[in-house]
Amino acid sequence: MTEIPKEEYILKCTSACAGCSSSLILRYVLKAAGEDTVLVIPACCTSVIQGIYPNTAMNVPIYNVAFAAAAACASGMSEAFAKAKKKTNVIVYAGDGGTVDIGIQALSGAFERNTNFLYICYDNEAYGNTGMQRSGSTPTGARTTTTPGGKMHAKKDLAGIVAAHNPPYLATACSAYPMDLFKKVKKALSIEGPKFIHVLAPCPPGWRYPSEQTIEVGKLAVKSGMWILYEREYGKVTINGPSKAAMIKPIPIEDYLSVQGRFKGITREAVDMLKSQAEKTAKHLKLEEEGIC
Amino acid sequence: MLTIATGNKAVAAAIKEIRPDVVAAYPITPQTEIVEQIAEYVTSGELDSRYIPVESEHSAMAACIGASVTGARSFTATSSHGLFYMHEMVNWAAGGRLPIVMANVNRALGPGWNVWAEHTDSLQERDTGWLQVYVSTVQEAYDATLMAFRIAEHHDVLLPVMINLDGFTLSHIMQSLETVELGDFVPPINLPYAIDTASPRGYGTLTGPNDYFRFRWDMERSMRDSVAVIRETEDEFARRFGRSYGFTEDYHCDDADVVVVSMGTIGKEAEVAVDQLRREGMKAGSMRLRWLRPFPDLDLSGRDVVVIDRDYSFGFGGVLAQSLKAKCGVDPFSVIAGLGGQEVTYDDIASFVRDRRIGEEHWFGVSD
Repeated sequence: MTEIPKEEYILKCTSACAGCSSSLILRYVLKAAGEDTVLVIPACCTSVIQGIYPNTAMNVPIYNVAFAAAAACASGMSEAFAKAKKKTNVIVYAGDGGTVDIGIQALSGAFERNTNFLYICYDNEAYGNTGMQRSGSTPTGARTTTTPGGKMHAKKDLAGIVAAHNPPYLATACSAYPMDLFKKVKKALSIEGPKFIHVLAPCPPGWRYPSEQTIEVGKLAVKSGMWILYEREYGKVTINGPSKAAMIKPIPIEDYLSVQGRFKGITREAVDMLKSQAEKTAKHLKLEEEGIC
Repeated sequence: MLTIATGNKAVAAAIKEIRPDVVAAYPITPQTEIVEQIAEYVTSGELDSRYIPVESEHSAMAACIGASVTGARSFTATSSHGLFYMHEMVNWAAGGRLPIVMANVNRALGPGWNVWAEHTDSLQERDTGWLQVYVSTVQEAYDATLMAFRIAEHHDVLLPVMINLDGFTLSHIMQSLETVELGDFVPPINLPYAIDTASPRGYGTLTGPNDYFRFRWDMERSMRDSVAVIRETEDEFARRFGRSYGFTEDYHCDDADVVVVSMGTIGKEAEVAVDQLRREGMKAGSMRLRWLRPFPDLDLSGRDVVVIDRDYSFGFGGVLAQSLKAKCGVDPFSVIAGLGGQEVTYDDIASFVRDRRIGEEHWFGVSD
């Protein structure tokens, strides 16, 4: 049984929305990382959640930086710590917009340079901080304020893009499985070089479901195969427990879509696209796990 | 040690002496030679810096920011489009009160593509909170780079410093260079409020209307205080190394009836023009502005002023001409010359002075 430290690094009374999974994710990330950690945060919900000057709700140093700059800023920080012979963890904690869209160039550069840091993308599948506009990570059919008729395009394959950089460690996680996340952060931080964790982060106001259902919605994402938990260590893929079961017998993705207002009125065609995307990802990961591709 | 070097190599040589912890590097003409030379120093072991070959200028400045906030000394170099690509982070560095030093090799902006000298690039960054110095010789590029770190890291300043040198007419020309043994001229960096995990703080946290302006005022107060720090640093440099500088470099200004004001290498041409005009019996002088930010108090009263702007603010005028009007109460003959590397000789400058039309603007090479 994994021991979760009792220390809290997020203090009470943050300005997160009720049922926010991002603050739950960060809570476990910091428990795993411990106090010798610096967070680099580009513009995202966590810019707001951490509180207003002169206060901070985080008990680790936070460097807030411009939207596109997180991975590059972390590069400088990581190199400076290395020069000073410090072992401090440098963790970027960024939303999907700051990762798959505006921040992807800096992310790619930092991974190509083998920067020693951990990049965590908490993915609520839209620009949440500005009120839910579509991002490259918004899934097909989801309604946002800039896709009021539902998004026409597929969700960008972020993990695939990062995997193309051959990092020593890449994993996916979901806020509904905090123990899994905790272990992945621990493992990531034990490895030298660039590490990446892509965490699905259900968002009550953005996804339009009641705030007490955040854990349930996350579980439905995994059980339906819409989100697959896996690790890629030095290129070797391992599909993790809850997703193993889901791959054998997934629940219908309609069970996941129907609890969320953002998919209200979704077309049959869009549902089919989501299904085929999920099946394709699952099939590919399975083949990779078996060493076939 | 006496050697010869280009302006770019002189900046790199100064960096070797300064030993920054982190250098972020991205190539752009005509700056590239600076980061190439630093890469050589790092590879050969002559310089023990962490060298980050970033994928863009935006990331170059972001990496310098990340390094600097841990209390490390950081440096980068850029030019023109690179400076604009990092514009957001240029602001962030100053607002974050990080004493980063950057060399900017002044170059024109596209379109069309033009790699030659112009000051519009750095002048468009003049309101960001960076100190800006403009140099005119290889030696001055070296000396200003050394002094920049001491000024930026001084606790009365804690603002970044940009050293500006003209593309090609300085970056790529060879002149003699006297290098120095720095000794303790630049003390070790000691950044107050550097990131410390034992004492966690939020940096750049949301700051509301009741507090934000206080940070801005603090930047301005430091900018004003930097005047004394610049003076003290340049005086100490002169004492130790025998070369003295100031906010301006004045040439025969004392008894001058007409003064040419300019920045960068054109200022050196202006000195030759002054010699020529003096031989003709005209009491001419040259004032080369070195520090644009903080902008110095200049005494130009009672004489004609000819300003040469290697830049332009469309719909408004030459930036230097407008600055002198606003800050010094003079109504100059404003000459726009040298854009995109347009050749401006001392003969041309002498003609500007002879044919001056006080209160008017003249675009050199454009028939009126």
